[in-house]
Amino acid sequence: MCRPMERARFCRQSKVLVVGGKGGVGKTTATAALAQMAADAGLDVLVLGLDDAGALPALFGADVSFGYDEALLYSGSAGQVRGRVITPDDALLEYLIDHGMRRVAKRLVSTGVLDVVSTAIPGIREILVLGKVKQLERSQAADLVLLDAPATGHAVRFLTSANGLMDAARGGPLRTQANEVVEMLHDPGRLQVLLVTLAEETPVNELIETAFRLEDEVGVTLGPVLVNACYVPVSGVGRNWIGDPEMLSEVATGQSLAVGEAGALRRAASFRAGREALQSEQVDRLSTSLPLPQLRLPYLFSDGIGPRQVAELAEAIGRAVEALDEQQPPANLRPSPPDSHARASDDEARRGTPPPAEAMLP
Amino acid sequence: MSEPPAPDAAGPGPERTDAAGPDSDGPASAGPDSGGLSALLRDRSIVICCGSGGAGKTTTSAAIALAGAIAGLRTCVVTIDPARRLADALGVGRLTNEPKRIEGSWSGELYAVMLDAKRTFDDLVERYSADPEQAERILGNRLYRNLTSALSGTQEYMAAEKLYELNASGAFDLVVVDTPPTRNALDFLDAPGRLTRFLENRVFRLLLMPTRMSLKALTVATQALLRTISKVAGSEIVEDAMAFFRAFEGMEEGFRERARGVEALLSDPGTAFLLVAVPRRDSVVEARFFADRLAEAHQPVAALVVNRLHPDFGSGEVALSVPGTDPPIRDLPGTDPPASSGEVASTRPANLASRPELSPEDAARALAGMRKNLADFQALADEERAYLAALESKVGGTVVRVPYLSRDVHDLAGLLLVAGCLVGNVRSEGD
Repeated sequence: MCRPMERARFCRQSKVLVVGGKGGVGKTTATAALAQMAADAGLDVLVLGLDDAGALPALFGADVSFGYDEALLYSGSAGQVRGRVITPDDALLEYLIDHGMRRVAKRLVSTGVLDVVSTAIPGIREILVLGKVKQLERSQAADLVLLDAPATGHAVRFLTSANGLMDAARGGPLRTQANEVVEMLHDPGRLQVLLVTLAEETPVNELIETAFRLEDEVGVTLGPVLVNACYVPVSGVGRNWIGDPEMLSEVATGQSLAVGEAGALRRAASFRAGREALQSEQVDRLSTSLPLPQLRLPYLFSDGIGPRQVAELAEAIGRAVEALDEQQPPANLRPSPPDSHARASDDEARRGTPPPAEAMLP
Repeated sequence: MSEPPAPDAAGPGPERTDAAGPDSDGPASAGPDSGGLSALLRDRSIVICCGSGGAGKTTTSAAIALAGAIAGLRTCVVTIDPARRLADALGVGRLTNEPKRIEGSWSGELYAVMLDAKRTFDDLVERYSADPEQAERILGNRLYRNLTSALSGTQEYMAAEKLYELNASGAFDLVVVDTPPTRNALDFLDAPGRLTRFLENRVFRLLLMPTRMSLKALTVATQALLRTISKVAGSEIVEDAMAFFRAFEGMEEGFRERARGVEALLSDPGTAFLLVAVPRRDSVVEARFFADRLAEAHQPVAALVVNRLHPDFGSGEVALSVPGTDPPIRDLPGTDPPASSGEVASTRPANLASRPELSPEDAARALAGMRKNLADFQALADEERAYLAALESKVGGTVVRVPYLSRDVHDLAGLLLVAGCLVGNVRSEGD
C-alpha cells in the first residue's frame, strides 16, 4: 500500500517548483540539490535565479557567470541542469518587444515613468517575472523549472502579486497576463511551492505562517517541506545519553585517553546533544502545526558547499523522496470547509507526519 | 579571581589545563579593547544595523539599545520586524510607530518603536501639506496608498525618516535602527534621493502644466510612452498618476529639504553603521559587499557583530545558554565536571557506558562517534574563524563575537545576555 515514490515521478508531479524560505536557511543550496536530484533521475532541469545567479554557479562548481542567457551548470549521465536569471527589467523589455513596443521600452526606464507605473500597479514587476516563468513552462523549456524565490516575506507578496494586479489593472494585456499566471498558480500539475526551513524556532514560525498565507491568499499547492541542516545520528552521542569517553576507551581498548581529550569529547557531545534535542522539538512542532510531509537534509559541518556537498544533499533528498508515501494526496493545509478554524485535525497531522528520515541514517 | 569555580575544584580534571590554555579566548571577546561596543554607545548618537537576513539583526539592535540603557543612556530601538518576537522579548504587548517605554531595572531609559512605514509617510504628508484638504487628497490617492509597499526604497527611507524624527526630538541619547533586509546597503543611503526623484518625475510634471505649454513640451516619444501605458495597463493608471502628482504640487520643496536633512544625518559623524553577520559564506560575502559600498559612500563600518559562533571545544569553551529557557544541555549527563566513573554511572541512568553488557566493539564504535563529532565541530570552528578573519581584515572597526546561544532569544533575560556579550562583560563558562 505504501509503495515508494520514485524520484522521477516526484520530480514530474509539477512543471514548476518555487523554492521559498526565510533568509539564511539554505534556500539556494536546497534548490541546487533538488535540481541535481531531478537531473540524476533523468530530467532536463532549468534553475531560475531572481535578479542574479547568486551562489548557483559556485554550488555546481561551474565556472560560468550567467544572466538572462542560459548556462549549463551540471551534466549527469541521465539529465542536466541549466541555469539562467530573470529580472523584472529584462522581462518587461521582452514583454514590450513581444508586443511590438520596442521603441518605448528604453524610455520607460530612463524617464522614471516605469517607477511611477510600477507603483500605480503594485506587483507589475512580479507579474512580469511570473509571466516569464509561465512562458517557460508553456513552451516546455525544460522537464522541470526550479525557481529560487525571494526570501519569504517577499515570497508571499511575490505570489499574491497576480491577484493584486487584477484589482489594479482592469483591462488590457497585463490583466490577461495576470489571469494566466493565476491559472498556473492554481494548478498543482503546473506549479507547486516547496518551503525550506531550519529546525529552529524563528524559521519554523515563519515557515508555518508563510505556508498558511500561501494557501489562503494565493491558493497555491505546497509540496513537502525541506528541513535543512538536521543532525544525523552518530554513535556515542544520543539525545538521552552521552558516552563517558574514559569508560568507553577503557572498555574498547583497555587504555586511557590523552590528557584533555575526554573533556573536549564530552563538551562537543553535550553541545550536539543539546542541539539535537532542540531540533527534534522544532521538527515535532512543525509536524504538528503543518500537515505537510518533510524531506530532511543532513547537517554539513562545513559551509564550503560545492559540487560534492550538493551531490550528497541531492542523494539525501532522493532517499527521503523514496520514503514518501506516493498515495499521499496533495496537501490541503486546512480541512474543508476551507474557512474552518482548525488548522489541521489530528488525523491529518498524523498523515502529514513524515516517516522517520531513514534516508539520512548512515 | 584566580580561584577556579567550585565544580572544577571538586574534580580537577586534565582538561582544566586546556581551559586555562593560551587560546582560551572568551567567545564574547572583542579584540584588543575588550569593552566591546561600550565606546560606540558612548560616542555615537545613532547606530544603523545592516546585514543579511537571518544574521540576527533585530535581536542585535534591541540588545544594543538595552546595553545603552544599562549604561545609563536614554535609548530607543526602531525595529522593522513585524513578528511579535521582539515585543514579547521586551515584555511589552504591542509595539507601535511611537516610542514605547520598556520598564526594567536599568539606570537609563529604553524605548522601542515598530516602524510603520505607511504611517510615517502619512505624518510627513500631513506636516508638509499646505492645508488639510491637500493632505486628504494625497492620502486618499490610490497610487499614494501603494507607494510605501511598492516603490522600492520607500521603507528604507521611512526608517531613516523615523530616525531623523527621533533624533531631532532630543528625547534620546542613542537611537538604534534595525534596517530592512535589503540586498543593497545603499538602498538605505539612496532612499531619500530616490523618493524625491520619484516625486519630481519630469514626464508627469510636464503633463501638469497648462495645456498649451504641455503640448509643446511633450515630445512625440513621451506621448507614445503614455499611450503605451494606457494600452498595456489601462488608462486609469495614467489618470491615477496624474491625480497623484497634481495632489503633491507645492510640497516638493518641503520634501526635498527634509530629504536633505535625513541624508545629512546619515553621513553625520555621530552616526555609526554596524554590520551584523554570521560566520557563514553567504553572510560574509554580503557583509564584505556592504562594507565596500559603505566605504564608497564615505561611511566606514564602525563595528562588526558576528553572531552564532560555534564554541571551540578543544579550548574548553562551553556554549552560552540563554537563561530562563531550561536549556537541555545542562540537564544532560556528560556536561558535569569530570568525576570518578562510579559516580558518573550512578547519576546517568540511561548512559550507554554504564550498561554492563557494553561490548568492546560497541564501546569502540561509540568512542569513534564521539571523536568524529569533536573533529567535525573543531573543523567547523576553524572554518568559522577563517571566515571571521577574512571579514575582520576587510571591515576594521570594533569586532564583537557572540557565541551560539542555546535558543532563540525570546525574553529579556536572553536580551540581557546578548547585551552583556556586546559590551564584553560576559565570559564563557570555560574561562
